[in-house]
Amino acid sequence: MPVITYREAIRDALAEEMRRDPRVFVMGEDVAIYGGAYQATKGLWEEFGESRVRDTAISEEVIAGAATGAAMCGMRPVAEIMYVDFMTLAMDQFVNQAAKNRYMFGGKTTVPMVLRTEGGAGRCIAAHHSQSLEAWFVHSPGVFVVMPSTPYDVKGLLKTSIRDDNPVLFIEHKMLYGEKGEVPAEEYLIPLGEAAVRRQGADVTIASYSRMAFRANEAADLLAKEGIEAEVIDLRCLQPLDIDAVLESVKKTGRLVLASEGYKNVNFVCEVAMRVQEHAFDWLDAPIERVCAANCPVPMSPVLEDEAIPSTEKIVQAARRTLGKA
Amino acid sequence: MGKVKEVKKRKRPKPPPSGGKPSKEFKIGLLRRMMEIRAFEDKVFELLARDILKGASHVYAGQEAVAVGACSAISQKDYITSTHRGHGHSVAMGCDLKLMMAELCGKATGYCKGRGGSMHIADVRNRNLGATGIVGGNIPVATGAGLAAQLKGEDSVVLCFFGDGAANEGAFHESLNMAGRWKLPVIYICENNLYGMSVAFEKACAVSDIAGRARGYAMPGVCVDGQRVLEVRQAVLEAVGRARKGEGPTLIEAKTYRYRGHSRSDPRAYRTREEEQYWHDRDPIKLFSEDLVKEGTMTLEEITAVQAEVDAEIAEAERFAVDESPYPDPSEVMQDVYVGWIEGERGLVRL
Repeated sequence: MPVITYREAIRDALAEEMRRDPRVFVMGEDVAIYGGAYQATKGLWEEFGESRVRDTAISEEVIAGAATGAAMCGMRPVAEIMYVDFMTLAMDQFVNQAAKNRYMFGGKTTVPMVLRTEGGAGRCIAAHHSQSLEAWFVHSPGVFVVMPSTPYDVKGLLKTSIRDDNPVLFIEHKMLYGEKGEVPAEEYLIPLGEAAVRRQGADVTIASYSRMAFRANEAADLLAKEGIEAEVIDLRCLQPLDIDAVLESVKKTGRLVLASEGYKNVNFVCEVAMRVQEHAFDWLDAPIERVCAANCPVPMSPVLEDEAIPSTEKIVQAARRTLGKA
Repeated sequence: MGKVKEVKKRKRPKPPPSGGKPSKEFKIGLLRRMMEIRAFEDKVFELLARDILKGASHVYAGQEAVAVGACSAISQKDYITSTHRGHGHSVAMGCDLKLMMAELCGKATGYCKGRGGSMHIADVRNRNLGATGIVGGNIPVATGAGLAAQLKGEDSVVLCFFGDGAANEGAFHESLNMAGRWKLPVIYICENNLYGMSVAFEKACAVSDIAGRARGYAMPGVCVDGQRVLEVRQAVLEAVGRARKGEGPTLIEAKTYRYRGHSRSDPRAYRTREEEQYWHDRDPIKLFSEDLVKEGTMTLEEITAVQAEVDAEIAEAERFAVDESPYPDPSEVMQDVYVGWIEGERGLVRL
């Protein structure tokens, strides 16, 4: 099977969907000849031209809003917001217009748009270029939030998101673009709302997403050396959320560690924890643990950045705590 | 819920061939539309005062010539986006008064099944892409509709209505810049009614004309008397012609006035009664009626007859909305948040 990078998988997904459906087009800052800030759209401009792979001004609000209007008129835009930190500038259009028009208009319109963006820390580019803001968008009725971790997942989920009729916020991770993985050459789709169980185990469940899914795997390897068998779940899709995968696992292990790169306060995993205690309380043998980023703006200095974001070691410690082995 | 009577579709007044002079029938249609808006809005104000209509309603009375003049210049293949003060736009697009009133009353028979209400009326199938409760929120959406038309190679145009307040939102700047650069077929129509909510335009804006900003966006900027329906129509016709030929967007500023306060609870302490009287003397319906009589197109009796028909329509709309239409079933509150999914016991589930 071919081995390609996460960014190549994104590019392939876009190219395939654009070849398949003339309504699909790409727009955003530096997406055309530059190929995207993280090179995820490289080659598309050469194949599809400047009308369908459209550089915009630095205007996040109209990027998101024009995608909304075009989607309501029958197109299937895949617009890019270069950093999730800049979603603040696109908020009204995405959260008030795109998210709500279908409902407010009595179900008589759809907004089949994808907003691709990326987030996460690890490059020492500090507070305005390193955030994980998914919680804000899961909190907005009307939008889907997808956060894939592997090349296989990013391609299958991006294709599905483009074909889906809901507005989708597709959040990639800047540290994953070079990540390599096996990706079939034949066409495949991954349904929304399905988590992936990466590893089976009976002692503790570790659920996470995006880059933290890799750290969860690493933590599981380390825990195995101590005789602790962790079940590792990659959520992949935050809205719709495959809570049943988490519940099934917790009913087996009785212990749960949630890891996310969002700030600790009101992190998305708090929602997951709440649903687990609502529907699997009697199976829990320990309080649910969360491993999240510190409640401070992401610092620049590598030493501080590493301290602020969740590490593999912190996930290991959290798992041990659920077993009383702190 | 009982079966709802089949509602007869109303058409916009059919525009005369471009370059042709408006016919008598066409002009009567314009007058009728303006009267419909005024009567509808007066009824809305009354229903608010009687607490029959809940929530907010921002009435369009005084600005009729802008919506009617502008919408008379487009055809069935064109789009509009509207504002929180947008009932006039919907009526001018040929929306059914009964279904509009039902929507304002939050009834299941309304355009948006009672979900949107006054500030979020839409009829997307008929290319009314809807109103928004966010000032300026529709401007980027209209820009996107123009982008879609361009990408599809259609010669449809988009009318984007907004007020003097919205012209100071960042969305205005970003949208007009992008539309000017991409030559999108969008006609941006600023209804300058001299006030945001209570703050006068002259206190909020660094300049005295919005139209002048067009220079910063590589498009023509046109100022019109928003109380003169044919003047508005002419300016929009020219802009539509340019847009259809691929010459790009236009910014039109219509100087107008809203007769009522921002909303029902507004005592209008920030306006003088002299100023209000000045604008009442320039009532668009009065001005157009006088012109029609002076040029011999209509008699006073004919005008009175049209008004009587309009009043009957509004009474019918009130009966339909207030007396005959049911509220939505509360169990349906979670429908249509998403396509294909709905809130279940543990989160979203597939339909």
